[in-house]
Amino acid sequence: METYYNPADLLKFNNIGKDVPELAKKFFEYYGAVFLEGELSEREKSLIALAVAHTIQCPYCIDAYTKACLEKGSNLAEMTEALHVVTAIRGGASLVHGVQMRNVAEKLSI
Amino acid sequence: MADSFPSFFETLKQHGLVLKRKPAEILQINLGRLCNQACKHCHLSAGPHKRDIMNRNTMDEVIDFAQRCKFKAVDITGGAPEMNPDLPYLIETISSVADQVMLRSNLSALLDYSHDQLIPVLKKNRVILVSSFPSLNPAQTDSQRGIGVFEKSIEALMLLNRQGYGMDGTGFLLNLVSNPSGAFLPSSQKALEKRYREILKKKWGINFNNAYTFANVPLGRFEAWLQQSGNYDDYLTLLYKSFNPCTLPGLMCRNQISVSFDGYLFDCDFNLAAGVYKAFEKTHISQIRVSSFDKDPIAVGNHCYTCTAGTGFT
Repeated sequence: METYYNPADLLKFNNIGKDVPELAKKFFEYYGAVFLEGELSEREKSLIALAVAHTIQCPYCIDAYTKACLEKGSNLAEMTEALHVVTAIRGGASLVHGVQMRNVAEKLSI
Repeated sequence: MADSFPSFFETLKQHGLVLKRKPAEILQINLGRLCNQACKHCHLSAGPHKRDIMNRNTMDEVIDFAQRCKFKAVDITGGAPEMNPDLPYLIETISSVADQVMLRSNLSALLDYSHDQLIPVLKKNRVILVSSFPSLNPAQTDSQRGIGVFEKSIEALMLLNRQGYGMDGTGFLLNLVSNPSGAFLPSSQKALEKRYREILKKKWGINFNNAYTFANVPLGRFEAWLQQSGNYDDYLTLLYKSFNPCTLPGLMCRNQISVSFDGYLFDCDFNLAAGVYKAFEKTHISQIRVSSFDKDPIAVGNHCYTCTAGTGFT
């Protein structure tokens, strides 16, 4: 195997239900329901999914939700802005721990 | 065409389906491939250097044909129909023959070619405008249709609103059409219309009546782009996998017939682009006396997967 990730594998996602069908059925029903239009539009949900996909760095999800975002009418600027939102939160989450670092350092320092 | 899936004809057979015509109600008139734009998704490869436009003689034959066959509606398309100097003549004359006349406009051509003379003709004859507006995003629009097209489209829509088009209570209908800016399927019509209505109003004060989404057809310049960009096989597979037999009763080729700039008949504008004559037979409108074309066979090719994808596009 040249790589752990193969784009064709995304189409085999359903196979996950082969040995434990009840749980897979519940998961896929839930998954389908989540992405239906509710208070948020399908377009907005796809943008969230795309952003989260980058945070968890899932190549399958990035592939699928890039296409979904385009199909739901989003443009590249919107999609890029969504990535900046999660990047800011991710970066911010690291940086805010600097407070903890400072607390420790200041307590130890004269 | 990708050979990893059955032909459209085979797929119909597998589903036990036969595609036949109903009585033709709409006559689509293609005035030719001359266009002020050269859109990357154009199935006709229309553009500024094309010289095939309908002349007055063929136009008269088309008008006679429309009268003989009693079409309820006429759908004028191109290229950019506005670039044909005889467009006002066609509209004025054919309006007395058909109940409803539609004009497909790319908006920038309407702005560039004597709109001050054309718009009064459109209003007088209650012509329904069907205008290309692919995206709310300037970059997506311009990459599909050419630099500066988005700005011109907005300008044209504002002008049409000032003229009463798209405004409540005027009866001047302005419908928008969105094609995806690439090798993917369009969004749902309902969601797109809702978003267009909200954003166009908020940002530019623009009103319109309906918005439609059409998938891109893998023919002409779009086919060349698919090949060049390495998207061809995946796109064709996507269309094939999205085949929905429920779309068949509503396909436009069932109740619409297309005539080319030189007066030949096609089952639809996509077959016209592919050079596939109506029911695979080269027939000039002057050869047809009176016909509703009911139960005539329809010529199909793999590009037909476009109109049967998902909820269908007509």
